[in-house]
Amino acid sequence: MTGFGILSAITFLPLVGVVILMFHRGDDAATVRSIRHVALWTTLATFLVTLLAWSRFDPALAGFQMVESQAWAGGGLVYKMGVDGMSFPFVVLTAFLMPFCILASWEAINVRVKEYMIAFLVLETLMLGVFCALDLVLFYLFFEGGLIPMFLIIGVWGGKRRIYAAFKFFLYTLVGSLLMLIAIMWMASFAHTTDITVLLKTQFPADAQKYLWLAFFASFAVKMPMWPVHTWLPDAHVEAPTAGSVILAGILLKMGGYGFIRFSLPMFPDASHYFAPLVFAMSVIAIIYTSLVALVQEDMKKLIAYSSVAHMGFVTMGLFAMNQQGVQGAVYQMVSHGLVSGALFLCVGVVYDRMHTREIAAYGGLVRNMPLYAVAFMVFTMANVGLPGTSGFVGEFLTLLGTFAANSKVAFFATFGVILSAAYALYLYRRAIFGVLDKPELANIKDLSGREIALLGPLVVLVIYYGVHPGPILDASAASVAELVKSTQSVAAAVKSAALAGH
Amino acid sequence: MYTAIVFLPLLGFLIAGFVGNRIGARATEIITTGLLMVSALLSWVVFSQIALGHGHAVTPVVANWITSGGLKVDWALRIDSLTAVMLVVVTTVSSLVHLYSIGYMHEDPSRPRFFGYLSLFTFAMLMLVTADNLVQMFFGWEGVGLASYLLIGFWYEKPSACAAAIKAFVVNRVGDFGFALGIFLVFVLTGSVAFDAIFAAAPGLAHKNIEVFGYTWDAWTITCLLLFMGAMGKSAQFLLHTWLPDAMEGPTPVSALIHAATMVTAGVFMVARLSPLFELSHTALTFVTVIGATTAIFAATVGLVQNDIKRVIAYSTCSQLGYMFVALGVGGYAIGVFHLFTHAFFKALLFLGAGSVIHAMHHEQDMRNMGGLRKEIPFTFWMMTIGTLALTGFPFTAGYYSKDAIIEAAYAAGAHSSAAVYAFLATTIAAGLTSFYSWRLVFMTFYGERGANAVHVEAHGHDDHAHAHDDHGHGHGDHTPHESPLVMLVPLGVLAIGALFAGLAFSQNFIGHHFEEFWKGTIGQGPDNHIMHDMHDVALGVGLAPSFMMIGGFLVALWFYILKPGTARRLAEANPVLYRFLLNKWYFDELYDAIFVRPAFWIGRVFWKQGDGKIIDGLGPDGISARVVDIAKGAVRLQTGYLYHYAFAMLIGVAAFITWYLIGGVR
Repeated sequence: MTGFGILSAITFLPLVGVVILMFHRGDDAATVRSIRHVALWTTLATFLVTLLAWSRFDPALAGFQMVESQAWAGGGLVYKMGVDGMSFPFVVLTAFLMPFCILASWEAINVRVKEYMIAFLVLETLMLGVFCALDLVLFYLFFEGGLIPMFLIIGVWGGKRRIYAAFKFFLYTLVGSLLMLIAIMWMASFAHTTDITVLLKTQFPADAQKYLWLAFFASFAVKMPMWPVHTWLPDAHVEAPTAGSVILAGILLKMGGYGFIRFSLPMFPDASHYFAPLVFAMSVIAIIYTSLVALVQEDMKKLIAYSSVAHMGFVTMGLFAMNQQGVQGAVYQMVSHGLVSGALFLCVGVVYDRMHTREIAAYGGLVRNMPLYAVAFMVFTMANVGLPGTSGFVGEFLTLLGTFAANSKVAFFATFGVILSAAYALYLYRRAIFGVLDKPELANIKDLSGREIALLGPLVVLVIYYGVHPGPILDASAASVAELVKSTQSVAAAVKSAALAGH
Repeated sequence: MYTAIVFLPLLGFLIAGFVGNRIGARATEIITTGLLMVSALLSWVVFSQIALGHGHAVTPVVANWITSGGLKVDWALRIDSLTAVMLVVVTTVSSLVHLYSIGYMHEDPSRPRFFGYLSLFTFAMLMLVTADNLVQMFFGWEGVGLASYLLIGFWYEKPSACAAAIKAFVVNRVGDFGFALGIFLVFVLTGSVAFDAIFAAAPGLAHKNIEVFGYTWDAWTITCLLLFMGAMGKSAQFLLHTWLPDAMEGPTPVSALIHAATMVTAGVFMVARLSPLFELSHTALTFVTVIGATTAIFAATVGLVQNDIKRVIAYSTCSQLGYMFVALGVGGYAIGVFHLFTHAFFKALLFLGAGSVIHAMHHEQDMRNMGGLRKEIPFTFWMMTIGTLALTGFPFTAGYYSKDAIIEAAYAAGAHSSAAVYAFLATTIAAGLTSFYSWRLVFMTFYGERGANAVHVEAHGHDDHAHAHDDHGHGHGDHTPHESPLVMLVPLGVLAIGALFAGLAFSQNFIGHHFEEFWKGTIGQGPDNHIMHDMHDVALGVGLAPSFMMIGGFLVALWFYILKPGTARRLAEANPVLYRFLLNKWYFDELYDAIFVRPAFWIGRVFWKQGDGKIIDGLGPDGISARVVDIAKGAVRLQTGYLYHYAFAMLIGVAAFITWYLIGGVR
């Protein structure tokens, strides 16, 4: 299929909003209100079109759907878009979370509102592009381009140490992406194409696979982030405005996991098998190490950021288990974490907007004045802990199950995360929400406003709905994951028989 | 009907949660309690049809839950004899506790929340007992954990309550760690998590060796041990018991429902449900026996010296759960479940009775400040006495049938196993201790003079400080004890009937010669397992041993607290080390704090400050960025001349790539 289709519409719709915003001048109240509304309606419209695409999406198909392609840059390059069961959930997730980000910034952002909204809309286009792109160059453009608006969001609208955080974020990701760029060049020259659908069928030489795998790994591991290249994340989260944290945790981290699924596993299956123990080790360390670090945090956002690293450890572990439950669990865990951690950062934002501090010790006894908030926070805390009946459980359970089948020792250590997550999450809840409300500055703190209920309410519903009925997401990814698992396993079998034949 | 039993409590929870504050506390109480009573009524119908009658077990599927590759998990309600027993226990006690709470909690401002939690708990517990696969059981398992957490921390302003709530949840998670690994292993072994499929595949895998965690194990031994770890957490068995006494921070009706009658028995239910698996591993059963026996005696020794009325009963619960596991461990699954059934009545009775005492004493829980209450609250006194008789196994009360059966079964099994001999000795001695501490409780509370034993706080063990008073709007001026309202006394009466007659009425069905007609194959019984017959043939002396122990314990308590008051204190003063050791619960809390809790925080801090801060950041980004910032200081002005700079580095890469690509990349 050629020409522009619905995926392009989804991806570039936010830019229409940007164009409209360009025409807004001045910063009087009316203009600012109009800017906010334009941004909100743009993201809502994008989400609606995504839902339309969802209705056309056929989960039974393993291959790419809604494919569109166009030549550009003088015919040398191809613009090709398409989704399958492993990328489409992320498209929906991205489009779904964006209106929440705009709403979360409604009152919190008062300076350079226009630029802020433009940055977010551009970011949305780039993120959607990452998940839709079926051409390596296109993917790279979207993938790296996403850094710029995020860098600006942290650097301009961030907290006190925003410059440090922005640089740290930038440095880490830059180093990773340079290596990936070199690998991409090599791949293009080897296969004579940058079409991902073709590259997926290309057999790369086993030796080269290892270097390519490592180069991609450098980029994805930082994005994920995996231990020990995770230290940019807590700082970035702490300094980013609430909506920035939501996007960072909700979507940007998922790009690393998506990269593993789209490139590392299917294109370099030999290397993936070879390096799986390394990934397992790093994942298990991430789960235990960062959970323990989360336990001693004094800053709410840092605590949630560290818990994100631990949860991403489950994802990488599940992916490299390379079986149906592991990979599907990883996809599910990413989607669920997008909702849950996004929601948790929104929760922090709610009290931050009121008190302008994220220090846990500054709170306590909030449930007395904020019962609704306490309920929402409890639901997300439990989802973070992986309580069955919330979306957090399904991903954690499936990844652990898949990993157990692949390597029981890894699963053994990773399951400690289940204990530790309960400890740090409930300890946070106890310090912030329970206890006596005896701090004078908290005496008049107000419960959720209408806008905040609109923010957190749908997330509460979804977190529980997907915990009880994960079918929609699991079914969407089932066929594509089965295909992926089959291809990696046949490689593993081939390697094994070759080794046997060699003896 | 089955769906109604399980989902009516959920409906109650939703009503209480969403509109509880709008329709008012009274309406919420009536709705949730009413729904639970309907549920209880239906449960008895199911019990008489499926277990007592000849109805067929059914498993209606409600919906699909998780499907991924070969893994298929359904939401289903498995209704068979074992489930029917649990349904009756859970819904009956729960509805009575709901009713009782209307009186007990009448001064609390957040009653809708309380009743919502109670109903939520009941729903989760029902999901647990009706599960037809391990994952749904895990859902119920963690769900009751959540409800327990919320209810222990119900008075969230008390730091001790919050701490106890977290402790309960986290210690249970330690058990769930094993449970989860057990589920994974079952799936790897059998390719399924549904009970029927597992049980069908189980015999084929018996005594096969597998490699897990780098070691070689007997397949079902390691599986059962892992699953049993979950049971140890939930049922507060030795080593994972520390949360249960602290859980007494919750309101007393909660202790009766969750921490005596239902949730803590989930571990017993689990082992009974999975008995076809446990039957295949002698090692695992031996382990269950030893843990059960150790818990029975350990908890009983601690119970001897506690002064908080609820803690005495809590340790008693812990000890009785140990009895149940002994029964399971020697292969008498039916006996274990029978004791679960009778225990639910008399232990709930004791807790609610204690609640009535606490209510009468204006939230005083220290028995040393009580005494002589039998005149002022006679009904409560009689109820507590009935509960005590049943617990200690007075002839023809409920405990007499079930507890003595356990001791006899342990003796019978002792012919083949030294673990069973240990269990027999432990449970017999514990029977004497049980009798002593139970009568001690009655004598200290209802006899003597008020405050004759009163000691001031500073002389107490540390556990007495925290929960001195749950004063929710109580004036402390008026301390005249008063009998509780009717709404609290009726549940006591109903439970007392159960405590007196549940054994007499049902022992033939549960553990009599025709027990198989009752269980209809829902409880595993290997071909070599004859314990259910052997236990009827033990020598008369063995059958009488528990009764002698009971009388002995009673007489010692009578001597210590009625005939020669002060004996206990003199004994404690003569053996200060032993006394402190018991009073401080064998120092388990201190030990765990020192080897788990503190190190976890310490390591966390080291990882954070040293690992992340010094090593990773120091060598990585901070070092580099320090240089970059130095260099770029002049050029970069984030606040003013923004974006080009940052876009620049990216664009260099992109431009380089496109250039190269256009020139020579594609031929």
